[in-house]
Amino acid sequence: MRWLLVALLAVPAAGALLAAFLPTKAGQVAGTVAAAAALGLSLPLYKDSWFSYGSSAVRPWHEVDLSWVPGLDLRFHLGVDGVSYPLVVLTALLTLLCCAFTLWRALAPGRGHTLVALLLVIEVGILGTFLALDLVLFFVFFEVVLLPMYAVIAVWGGDDRAHAARKFVLYTLFGSVLLLVGVFTVVVSAGTADIVALTGGGELSRGTQIAAFVLLAIAFAVKSPLWPLHTWLPDAHTQAPTVGSVILAGVLLKMGTYGLIRVAVGVAPEGARWAAPALGILAVAAIVVGSLVCLAQTELKRLIAYSSVGHMGFVLLGIATLTTTGIQAALIGNVAHGVITGLLFFLAGAIKERAHTGELAQLGGLREQSPWLAGILAFAAIASLGLPGLAGFWGEAFAVVASLDRGGPLWTTLAAVAAVGGALTAAYFLRLLRRVTHGPAAGALDPPGLARAEVAAWAPLVLLALVVGLLPALVLGMAGDPVGALVEAVRS
Amino acid sequence: MTQSVDHLALLPAYLAAGTAVLVLLTDLVLARRAAVLAVAALGALATAAGAIGIGSGDDRQTFCVPDACSFVANDRSALIAALFALLTLGVIGLSAATRDVPPGEYAFLLACSMTGGVVLGSAGDLITLIVALETLTLPLYALVGLRRRTVASAEGAVTFFVVSVVATAVTLLGAALLYAVSGRVHLATLATGLPDLPLTGAAVVLVLSGLAFKVAAVPFHAWAPATYDGAPVPIAAYLSTASKLGGVIAILYAVVDGLRPALDLAGPALAVLAVLTMTVGNLVALRQTRMVRLLAWSSVAQAGYILAPLGGFMLAEGRTAEALSVAVSATVAYTVFYVLLEIGAFGAVVALRPGEDGGLIADYRGAARTHPWAGAALVLALVGLAGLPPGLAGLFAKVVVVRSLLDGGAGWLAVVVALNAVIGLAYYVRVAAALYGPAPAAGVRARVPWAVAAALGAATLAVVLVGFAPQMVLDLS
Repeated sequence: MRWLLVALLAVPAAGALLAAFLPTKAGQVAGTVAAAAALGLSLPLYKDSWFSYGSSAVRPWHEVDLSWVPGLDLRFHLGVDGVSYPLVVLTALLTLLCCAFTLWRALAPGRGHTLVALLLVIEVGILGTFLALDLVLFFVFFEVVLLPMYAVIAVWGGDDRAHAARKFVLYTLFGSVLLLVGVFTVVVSAGTADIVALTGGGELSRGTQIAAFVLLAIAFAVKSPLWPLHTWLPDAHTQAPTVGSVILAGVLLKMGTYGLIRVAVGVAPEGARWAAPALGILAVAAIVVGSLVCLAQTELKRLIAYSSVGHMGFVLLGIATLTTTGIQAALIGNVAHGVITGLLFFLAGAIKERAHTGELAQLGGLREQSPWLAGILAFAAIASLGLPGLAGFWGEAFAVVASLDRGGPLWTTLAAVAAVGGALTAAYFLRLLRRVTHGPAAGALDPPGLARAEVAAWAPLVLLALVVGLLPALVLGMAGDPVGALVEAVRS
Repeated sequence: MTQSVDHLALLPAYLAAGTAVLVLLTDLVLARRAAVLAVAALGALATAAGAIGIGSGDDRQTFCVPDACSFVANDRSALIAALFALLTLGVIGLSAATRDVPPGEYAFLLACSMTGGVVLGSAGDLITLIVALETLTLPLYALVGLRRRTVASAEGAVTFFVVSVVATAVTLLGAALLYAVSGRVHLATLATGLPDLPLTGAAVVLVLSGLAFKVAAVPFHAWAPATYDGAPVPIAAYLSTASKLGGVIAILYAVVDGLRPALDLAGPALAVLAVLTMTVGNLVALRQTRMVRLLAWSSVAQAGYILAPLGGFMLAEGRTAEALSVAVSATVAYTVFYVLLEIGAFGAVVALRPGEDGGLIADYRGAARTHPWAGAALVLALVGLAGLPPGLAGLFAKVVVVRSLLDGGAGWLAVVVALNAVIGLAYYVRVAAALYGPAPAAGVRARVPWAVAAALGAATLAVVLVGFAPQMVLDLS
């Protein structure tokens, strides 16, 4: 089982090398096979157990701990538990869907095997981030995704890709370097980089914890992204190719929220308690601002991108409450957003490709021309706005509930404002549907029907949005104990 | 009074100097370009082997007075000598495509410069240190100006010459003042304490600023871009690696070993110097359109990162011997990572444009498509200089510096370093994007000489290797 963790990183890495060096078609197939193998490897990691013994709040199901660079406190320490497992599987799934999608749809300017290779490198970086139990290793993997994602946007993106890609890479590097400083603030004063040992704050002084939390929180806020550090996101999403947007929204942003829970809150709980009100206010501001901006958006992909800002606001609000309910809500919100927004970006890509425009004013009548496409779009939009019974509901509702539970005037107000923001979310998604699916047909869709490959790529996401919505216990069950332990460690 | 001389300790220096003489003789007798370069390469290899051989034995010292020695051969000096010899070897390999220079003089001067570097690591007093540094630098004036029929080359040489001579004079003045106040020149005896006189302060500042010229630290940096751009590209590579390494080692020896008691004075100055150097270097590099000038400005910025750990240590509260060794080993580790990445970058520039100057960045459009390997090597080196994966060597280099700064309690300096890395990426990524951009026309695939390919391959391999096993570098430093 231990080697499964290493294989989970080694297989996509090997697949990336193969994809890069084989000719186009063979490379794409090899890369897709590697992505499928990674998904296959990620599933058996599951273990239905919680060790009641152990002193740390992090008790991984499986662990690998090898020495790498002792001089920098860097150990190759990987592990998986209920907090990271759903995200690991989601990453493997979305990467597989994206790789398979490129097999069907060749993107300009070609070189599909390079695209697959880059997607696999991104997968290695994201999986490594979710699996790392060493702070320095976490940082290294966090950095791995930057340049491949830059290349995906800069080479296969839309008309203004160069600018968007630069903005993405510089902004997120800004976050990463603060992460570097934050990580070593902790490592130098604690003398270890082991997340298992550090969770709960350990021996760190209050001053160190506050400094570390501020640095780490800004770093993760850029990645998540939290308003007002989100401005790279709409450009990157609008310009990125469909598969790039799916990976970006589906799992790359989760590195930020996951890092906030596992690293920032776990390692510097006192800092987290100190900064929680500010984080909560920013999160609610993100919800409201994101929704208002969405109401004014005229472009399909930009609208979905801004909706991510709002949804991530709910996730951050959940984290900011520092309660079991809140962090559970954040985790399920993370997964739900990954599934639903991944689907939405697939759909937006499909619509833009058929109508040759993403402007809402020039779209319309989708329902009549392509009922299936319209139907799935409606499903995804409704799931995203948080209809009970679908995946989006749990994260948003329980973030508000957790905020109410915290009590006090501040958190009650935040809960109320967040709830209003939730209503605004409904408003802009309904506006989106009215514009795109209803109304007179604006232009011909070519082709009107769905390709089999599209159905195959979307079906797992549609299914997951339903299943997670109906059975939230799938995610919450395994995350319950680790989150409980974390909250206990943070409280004490 | 007669002195016994330990010739074994001097073996690497003999080998290096012997290489220079042999190159001159080969040029005289055979007058064949390939033969001259081959002899120089073999000599450099022999020097490296000799240095490692001597270094692996017992520590030796010679030219001693009762309480100190002027020439010390230990592990550290062996590492430095071997590094200089291998860098020279790499530059000779890259020079295989440089046709517009007289080969005999070229290789001779390079070997002379190597001799200076080999001795530098063993210097035990300020005079040996300065003489070695000058032996390292002096041949470079000529090398920069050696390109035939090029005005830029002559201009670069004159700028370099004037600035460097002034710098040497300033350092010498500082050393002389130190001798005047203390009556000592040996680093070991200087370290035991300096008299608390105003003159001591002036002397320390003079020594430091003279040496800052050599690493091209702001505000003593203005010579670097013009000189790098005018020089043949392999010589620019040598300037930004070996010559800079020489400056860093001289600063480490002088400041850390010799002027330890004056750290209070030198500390804040060094921290400010580091911040200015990295910020100015990065900001100006943003505006560059010529490849070698961009690399030159980036190497100015890198000098800032190199100086940062020392500056950070000196600002820190508890200046213990342990904290000092952390700062020194961070400086050395960063320098080693940097030197490898830099020679890789220049090597790739030579491989992409064999026998030409660096040219405009726009000339490199699509170069990675016509030369996939050399292009990939250049991107790897640039990304490494920016400190991002897949350039893991560069990533760990930044990590080492930030870690040592936080260890020393200089958190704000760590944040400055971190933010500078973001500015740095802005121009490195511009070059990388140009390399993979669409080629304007079907580019002619220039043939890359095998020696250039071998040097580039070795440098890139070393970069990849230390990227995955950075502990090797950390152990050495």
